[in-house]
Amino acid sequence: MEFRFTEEQQMIRDTAGAFLAEVSTAAAVRAAMATERGYDEALWRQISEEMMWPALHIPEAYGGLGLGFVELAAMQEQMGRVLLCAPFLATVGLGVNALLVAGTEAQKQQYLAAIATGSTATLAFMAPGSRPDAHAVQATWAADGDGGVLNGEYRYVLDGHTAETLIVAAREAGSDGEEGISLFVLPADTAGVSREWLPTMDQTRKQASITLRDVKLGADALMGEAGCAWPALAKILDLATVAVAAEQVGVAQQALDSSVAYTMERVQFGRTIASYQAIKHKAADMMLKVEAARSAAYYAACIADEALAGNPLGAGLAEAASIAKAYCSDAAFFNAGCGIQLHGGVGITAEYDIQLYFKRAKSTETLLGDAAWHRERLARQLLDGEAA
Amino acid sequence: MKLSFSPADEQFREEVTSWLAANLGGEFEVIRGRGGPGDEHSFVEERKAWERKLAEGGWTCVGWPKQYGGRGASIEQQVIFNEEYARAGGPGRMGHIGETLTGPTLIAFGSEAQKERYLPGIRAGKEFWCQGYSEPSAGSDLANVKTRARLDEANDQWLINGQKVWTSLAHESQYVFVIARTDPDSVAHKGLGFFLLAMDQPGITVRPIEQLTGTSEFNEVFFDDAVCAADDIVGAPGEGWKVAMGLLGFERGVSTLGQQMLFQNEFDEIIRIAKANGAARDPALRQRIADAHVGLRILRFNSMRMLSGGGDDGSLQKEAMIYKLYWSTWHRNLGKLAMDVLGAESEIIAAAPYELTRLQSLYLFTRADTIYGGTNQIQRNIIAERALGMPREPRG
Ligand SMILES: Cc1cc2nc3c(=O)[nH]c(=O)nc-3n(C[C@H](O)[C@H](O)[C@H](O)COP(=O)(O)OP(=O)(O)OC[C@H]3O[C@@H](n4cnc5c(N)ncnc54)[C@H](O)[C@@H]3O)c2cc1C
Repeated sequence: MEFRFTEEQQMIRDTAGAFLAEVSTAAAVRAAMATERGYDEALWRQISEEMMWPALHIPEAYGGLGLGFVELAAMQEQMGRVLLCAPFLATVGLGVNALLVAGTEAQKQQYLAAIATGSTATLAFMAPGSRPDAHAVQATWAADGDGGVLNGEYRYVLDGHTAETLIVAAREAGSDGEEGISLFVLPADTAGVSREWLPTMDQTRKQASITLRDVKLGADALMGEAGCAWPALAKILDLATVAVAAEQVGVAQQALDSSVAYTMERVQFGRTIASYQAIKHKAADMMLKVEAARSAAYYAACIADEALAGNPLGAGLAEAASIAKAYCSDAAFFNAGCGIQLHGGVGITAEYDIQLYFKRAKSTETLLGDAAWHRERLARQLLDGEAA
Repeated sequence: MKLSFSPADEQFREEVTSWLAANLGGEFEVIRGRGGPGDEHSFVEERKAWERKLAEGGWTCVGWPKQYGGRGASIEQQVIFNEEYARAGGPGRMGHIGETLTGPTLIAFGSEAQKERYLPGIRAGKEFWCQGYSEPSAGSDLANVKTRARLDEANDQWLINGQKVWTSLAHESQYVFVIARTDPDSVAHKGLGFFLLAMDQPGITVRPIEQLTGTSEFNEVFFDDAVCAADDIVGAPGEGWKVAMGLLGFERGVSTLGQQMLFQNEFDEIIRIAKANGAARDPALRQRIADAHVGLRILRFNSMRMLSGGGDDGSLQKEAMIYKLYWSTWHRNLGKLAMDVLGAESEIIAAAPYELTRLQSLYLFTRADTIYGGTNQIQRNIIAERALGMPREPRG
């Protein structure tokens, strides 16, 4: 058993960390977040075309680098640390995973290859006001020759207004719950698709609403068998959940590090505030949270790898994802919240970065199920004898 | 990263489980799941017999090097052993202090003569040890020990005078290791020595302390010209602190890594009760039960990380500093959860005058988890100072 990074993984993580610290500076984040697109296109080209980060866990057969989910999690953690503004989570956490899990051979050839060279993607499945379970899928599809016609409205779509490829979930009219759900992949400029940016409290990650009006799709857009996509969608969401949890580790770590650094500088009553035990103990609690969060996220990443490979350990994906997301959500929120407190008044200013971490902690907490939602999912497994 | 154990380790697991299945029954059926913190008073003679049984099977001191009678088991195998032992319902180990504290300390710092004299008795499951560190004025501030050691050159022996307190299992032990001041004018961690003493001597008096559970597993131990052979000091006079801290490294190291399986047994019991009495339908309790599950699984992941990342000498990385704070707090919360799942029934004890159920003991005694072995506050000081580089505490 080796529950630690290999040398190669460590190198990927360190290299990514060093590069990101240089490009995703406080000023760069603020510039990107002020735009509607939400990211710097030149930087995205550099990350995707030159460095091929979105291709990380895409198999080599589809033009990817053929690495694993642990590498992806390490990358996501580093991005969380610097609040990178980029459509990476949407494109890779949602898009690539959706294609890997549910795409046909032809779809993988087409779309994964495009993503490997810098194209963006996202997944739309949630109706307005829904929670991230099967009932969230309210858009409908009806058979139409070989293909289908889609109608409906999605909200909370990550980078939905800019993504070039959309993967959407829709259900057969009249179906309910986990029945009748299908997944489709389509270019975002398909006729009948309209998209609108939804300004968000966490300005470092963009969301959109997407409306489908009589969108006609051919058979080649359908991912897998019509009406049977819930297990695939659930798996995609679990994989993306693990990626989010890894990002939260980065958020929690940076909230701790920046707060400790601040308290080592700030002097009150003739001493650095870091010398007060109330401050030290808070910092120690924050470190406990982030280290435990890291254990949970990387365990889940290992299980995600097994799940993608179809190995038996992969059966634990839903549980591992819920454990990671429940804990990492709380840890990121705790650390960012305590971080503001340790900063005092400057923590409430727009100028200091800790507020941005506080907002990212909240937006990632809500994303794909908050801690309470994941705990209830685990409780069903533990107490009701249902699979999580 | 690789989550699975090697085939050799899996074979070791198989060996452990089949030995336990064949031996932990019959006369030992009654001690399944008994003993351990909060239950040390139970089935003492049977558990001592069990220690000898374990030793015969070669299952004491599995982590010790082969030359000292151990199996030279890797850290992974030690975890496997501890996990399977707990899973099988193996009773709390009477010999754990000798096996996990005295032994490794002597192997690291002891003389050849000391190793020859003391290791075989521990290995055989026949000689039990207790830890004489804490004193009335030396708790968290352990370096403040006042117990004195004076070399009686005429008789080639050390004479120990002073008092220890909270000495777990002193009443069941043949030996004690003690830190005492060899230089009467010294302060703090300078001028200490680390001594090995037989308990059965006129200079030592053991007085049990009754705990909140009504039972007594720790004691006051009084030293009144207690005798320690001149060559039973470990390290040189003045080096006691180094030895004592080395030992604490073992205490916080590998020895706790199998414990999540014990915790799993307790947690499973709580789930059974929750399903039976309807607590499983209470939304707030469902959240807390799931939270406990999350916490327990992460405890395991934490220890897997520590195992994979620790140095070859069994030392742990700085991340490992969270380990004690994490498990103690989790376990303490589990005790509370157990009572809340039981509801009104949690108040009713097993029998008068004060016989508690296992879960009531768990609830009460897990309050000690966040105190012994370095309190939660001391753990936080250590984390802040050593892992985060924040300023040291001012000293009075
Ligand atoms: C069940 C049990 C078994 C034990 N077994 C043994 C044993 O076998 N051998 C042995 O030697 N000892 C044993 N101990 C003793 C144990 O190690 C001490 O209780 C522990 O180190 C705390 O010391 P204390 O009790 O004197 O508390 P104190 O040190 O007086 O602490 C009281 C409170 O003050 C806090 N505090 C103290 N210093 C600081 C500080 N610098 N900053 C912030 N807060 C502080 C503590 O966290 C605690 O909350 C045992 C204790 C228990 C409860």
